[in-house]
Amino acid sequence: MTAALRFDPIRLPEKCEQLRKEVRAFLAEEIAAGTFDPHKPNREDTDAPEFSRRVGAKGWLGMTWPKKYGGQERSFLERYVVTEEMRVANAPTRRFFVADRQSGPVLIKYAPEHIKMEILPRICRGEICFAIGMSEPNSGSDLFAAKTRATKTDGGYLINGTKIWTSSAHIADYMIAIFRTSQPTKENRRHGLTQFLVKMKQPGIQVNPIGQITGQREFNEVVFTDFFVPDDHVLGEVDGAWKQATSELAYERSGPERFLETYYVLTELVRAVGPNPDTRSAEGIGRLVAQLHTMRRMSVSVAGMLQAGKEPVVEASIVKDIGTVWEQQLPHRVRDLAAFVEETATNRQTLERQLDFAIKTAPKLTIQGGTTEVLRGIIARGLGLR
Amino acid sequence: MAESDNIVVETAEKIFADLADPQTINNDKKNSWQAPLWLALTEAGLPLSWVPDDLGGSGASLADGFALLNAAGRFAVAVPLAETMLAGWLLAQAKIASPEGEMTVLPASPKDRITLDADGALSGRCRGVPFAKGAKHLAVLAHGKDGVTVALVDASKGRIESGLNVGYDHSDTVTLDKVQPVTIKAAPKGFDQTTLMLMGGVARSLQIAGALESLLDISVRYSNERVAFEKKISKFQAVQHNLARLAGESAAALAAATSAADAIANAKSFDDEVYLEAASAKIRCAEAAEKGGAIAHQVHGAIGFTSEHILHRYSLRALAWRDDFGSESHWAVELGKLVANRGADELWPLVASR
Repeated sequence: MTAALRFDPIRLPEKCEQLRKEVRAFLAEEIAAGTFDPHKPNREDTDAPEFSRRVGAKGWLGMTWPKKYGGQERSFLERYVVTEEMRVANAPTRRFFVADRQSGPVLIKYAPEHIKMEILPRICRGEICFAIGMSEPNSGSDLFAAKTRATKTDGGYLINGTKIWTSSAHIADYMIAIFRTSQPTKENRRHGLTQFLVKMKQPGIQVNPIGQITGQREFNEVVFTDFFVPDDHVLGEVDGAWKQATSELAYERSGPERFLETYYVLTELVRAVGPNPDTRSAEGIGRLVAQLHTMRRMSVSVAGMLQAGKEPVVEASIVKDIGTVWEQQLPHRVRDLAAFVEETATNRQTLERQLDFAIKTAPKLTIQGGTTEVLRGIIARGLGLR
Repeated sequence: MAESDNIVVETAEKIFADLADPQTINNDKKNSWQAPLWLALTEAGLPLSWVPDDLGGSGASLADGFALLNAAGRFAVAVPLAETMLAGWLLAQAKIASPEGEMTVLPASPKDRITLDADGALSGRCRGVPFAKGAKHLAVLAHGKDGVTVALVDASKGRIESGLNVGYDHSDTVTLDKVQPVTIKAAPKGFDQTTLMLMGGVARSLQIAGALESLLDISVRYSNERVAFEKKISKFQAVQHNLARLAGESAAALAAATSAADAIANAKSFDDEVYLEAASAKIRCAEAAEKGGAIAHQVHGAIGFTSEHILHRYSLRALAWRDDFGSESHWAVELGKLVANRGADELWPLVASR
């Protein structure tokens, strides 16, 4: 067999279920206190600094990281539970989510010790927000076409150029970005890019808002003009960012956030059809639940592989491919099924408002964090086709 | 489950490799491969894997038997291995010993029903019973006035109308008209026709997942050999992306099926959580059979549409297996009703419980 893709049936250990209860109780309290409304995913501003601090105080940020950096040294499976419960509750995770999932692990792997000691505990306390500086006006999926320059100067680098579609840059305290430190070589077009830690909210960085079709404000254009980054903010190998990028993808691509972004419309549909659905509604709901359950089992399986120290890049790409296509189609399937919901359903208006927002959200889901096309390319490589 | 790590699967894979080579079988118009294959499987004790030693079987675990069915799917095995295993398992539920020889199980559809009358005779009509023709015995789940019973029936006592499923395997209509069983006993408490359908559905899910693994394997290999427009077709992005989707469907089917198998192997009872797992597996594997099989054929072009090519052995069986023990439409309706009945706010807790 050429394709040994395994998704072993990993079960969450008992301690995860205790943790799940704690997370649900915490979220119920936050909802009761009016921090957020779980039925309203389309909030104007999903930044919630105080909520972030309270999540940090619970020990639920940087959960898997070493204790000396403020972490809890808990398992990926425990982190998984916290992530999925937050996501299903529509909790405002924007301020901490990127740092917790991605930026922190990059710093742990590549930042100098004094930077780790300074920044990681603050992530764990929910104090700081990270953005990711990858895309540029003329390079998106083609990451290695990035042109924003980092020019060597005394004690550091001067940055000039523009990053774009940068989520949360307007509230971010830091960005982890890739900049061009030398030209690509004939042998390796991926050569010449370096990963940097950038302190935001400083002169030399201008953040311009970009509106989105959902009406939300996430995107930004970030313009660097002779912005100085000190030498100790280089992350990893100079000119060698391409070696660092791929192994992190498994973390980014297989989590519950990759199929639960529009989940709320399914819950509301079940509420709208009531306890005795007609055959059409029952079949539609049954299929969607079967698909959801299957993806979650795949996603948990990948979390188990990460916990075991593996790098399941292809498996994670499969989860994200199937998961994002599903969460993109979900609002449309729910709309189909809701067409015959009784006018008298008490949550009819809630469902309609949610569908309106989910349908507008849907197009981005197969683009962000690696497009469907990029993912299928990675899977094809794993199959030995390229 | 791509590479076996248990002795039951290793034994089976060796037998399949020796005696069920797909190309040899496909070329053999007289089906002369069937008898030696069945003999070898029987000698290895595989058809009665799920029957305890004291009831005449080899007493393998549920988990090993499920892994065996997945392997059988990878070889698209066209002998009543899964059916005899399920029959033996059903009989063992009621502590009935299994006889030698091919068996099948009925009903094989949630809608069909066999009844037990006051004289202890069985009656009813079951459609789509796999490999009924050729079976020596039938394991029957019947409904009587005292509840659910399990019976061993001599197959020659039933009337069998022969038919073929989409994959050219026997799928027959069995009519019992006041048939006296060889043995009949009460089913254990809580065991009913739904339990049998869920178990059969998971067996079929594992077989479909196995067939999809092979469809992926065969398609990837072919795409790396076939040249068109002066390059291997595996170098065309459109083909790569189709194969990536096939890999996704294959992975989803395998994940759903092995998760459900694991759930049943470790379950104390067939509760809502096992129901979610087993029903989801059948639904998702059936969807994968449709989507994945279509891609495998697309990659192969016309050659895959010929009867000489082995592709259809996997693609058509995967499609045919969708129909047994409740189609995906049946399970989707039932799962949807269960979810709706539990209520909207109980959906996520159910999903997260797995």
